[in-house]
Amino acid sequence: MYVLDQESAFDFYTNKLGFKVITDAPMGPDARWITVSPPEQTDFEITLIPVREGMNFTKESAEAMKELVKKGTFGFGVFQCNDIFATYEELKAKGVEFTKPPKEEFYGNEALFKDDSGNWFSLVSNRK
Amino acid sequence: MKTESYPRAYLYRRIVQAKIFIDNNYADNIPLKKISGEAFFSKFHFNRLFKSIYGKTPHQYLTSVRLDKAQLLLKEGKPVSEVCFLVGFESVGSFSRLFKHTIGVSPTAFVSNQAARKKDIAVNPLKFIPACIAYKNGWMENSNFEQIFT
Repeated sequence: MYVLDQESAFDFYTNKLGFKVITDAPMGPDARWITVSPPEQTDFEITLIPVREGMNFTKESAEAMKELVKKGTFGFGVFQCNDIFATYEELKAKGVEFTKPPKEEFYGNEALFKDDSGNWFSLVSNRK
Repeated sequence: MKTESYPRAYLYRRIVQAKIFIDNNYADNIPLKKISGEAFFSKFHFNRLFKSIYGKTPHQYLTSVRLDKAQLLLKEGKPVSEVCFLVGFESVGSFSRLFKHTIGVSPTAFVSNQAARKKDIAVNPLKFIPACIAYKNGWMENSNFEQIFT
């Protein structure tokens, strides 16, 4: 997953979302291979890749990509929790920005939140 | 007064506050009875609600937080005896037994495993990148691929 600032994303996913660090390996100067996992699902890893000029992006495309990430263009999936209302209260208290508070939809209760870069996720639970 | 008379949002906030309190004060001698007493009039009801939300009783949750933090500190290279007290256990024996029972290996073995992994990461960082083409094809040997890659 592309992030704007790897250090900041590391802090967000570990200290705010409570994810576990699975791999933190040096990748040469000023770069790390960082993967994090939801605490209850450590076989699912998200790689935090900084958007920067280099192997993946030209300077122009890196700038364009950063703008798209900031605007919240990319949604990366759905997390399921045991109790969406409690999780919402906890993450909100920790400073996570929600773009949609928990709401009962036809497919279950859902909330939407953003990471510190702008990537958004859906949060669901089946509890009423 | 029955807890059912509280609005749901209030109940959630109290439970969440209790969880965050545990997250922030796991290293201290946390009076769980006091937390439940302040949040609700019945410890039983508090435990039931906490477990229904987090899948663990407050005591079980506190233990899991302590063991998670212990793993982080051990990974950083802190000695077992120090980690034990830093995360709130009162004896190395009970910490080691619980650690082994929950994590599957003793704290000492955990430290050895982590040291070996750390060394491996330092020597072969690309090995830890799933499906890394360079590592799979042996392009790392006698090459400056890492410098080019970054």
